[in-house]
Amino acid sequence: MKRIPHLTGYLAAIFMIFAELQPAHAVNPREMLGNDLLERRARHISKDIRCVVCQNQSIDDSDAPLASDLRVLIRKRLVEGDTDQEVISYLVSRYGDFVLLTPPVKGATLFLWFGPVVFALLGMLGLVLYFRRQKALMKRGDTP
Amino acid sequence: MPLGVLAVLAVYFLLGLGRDPYILPSALINTPVAAFDLPAIQGEIKGFSNSDLKGRVSLVNVFGSWCAACQEEHGFLMKLSRQNIIPVYGIDWREADRKAGPAWLKRYGNPYTLVGDDPKSLGAIAFGVTGAPESFLIDKDGVIRFKHTGPITHEIWTKKFSPIISELRK
Repeated sequence: MKRIPHLTGYLAAIFMIFAELQPAHAVNPREMLGNDLLERRARHISKDIRCVVCQNQSIDDSDAPLASDLRVLIRKRLVEGDTDQEVISYLVSRYGDFVLLTPPVKGATLFLWFGPVVFALLGMLGLVLYFRRQKALMKRGDTP
Repeated sequence: MPLGVLAVLAVYFLLGLGRDPYILPSALINTPVAAFDLPAIQGEIKGFSNSDLKGRVSLVNVFGSWCAACQEEHGFLMKLSRQNIIPVYGIDWREADRKAGPAWLKRYGNPYTLVGDDPKSLGAIAFGVTGAPESFLIDKDGVIRFKHTGPITHEIWTKKFSPIISELRK
């Protein structure tokens, strides 16, 4: 009798492969705050701050020394009583909007946010016009 | 028409390709230097803080003994300081150990009026630094006026720094 490999076996293998691929956590235990709430706020902020050295990672994910120093700085400021917004504003004032992984919606970034929608609409408009003209041409061709 | 749009976009994106994504436009141009207070490096008495930057046009240079490009630029900074062109302040950034920076300055010469020890990047972050070397021109009122990423060479100095300095000294 032919043995059918068990689905759960496959799933387990796939799971194990992906478990290996989990990114190693960059946040060093020594950096963490004793206060759970503050630590959670720090993690939340760090996840949306770009590592300016490695650029497409957040400082929460990055192993770069500067990212580590930024994480420590964020925690220091939170301990000193800054609000989340104050911490983020400080970093933006130093590094610009670029440091935010989610850029804010404002004048200079309108094109970034809505450009793709505008181009998609223009494309659709173009298609509609094209097919209309085709249709009109075909009709004309029908009647001698 | 569509071809025209495509051409415009293509030119725009091609220009974008030529930019180095690691050179960030500094958000700090025309803003006052943020508060920082760095301790002295080993063997020196006075550290370096933002209050040292008032009253004169000055140059702030972020360096580290680990940074090869800093070594490349060091000779030029030495020349600047020998000719007494502008006070040069140093931020000794992220040395692996506290002796490394002072030893490096001893070996290659110390062009800095004051040097601050910055193992935790507090000074570097105050200047929005992403790598070393980076240099900043500060005006008499302590406002950042110009940023340069990478080593300063004689050519870069005469082309970029000198005109701004004479402008700021007016």
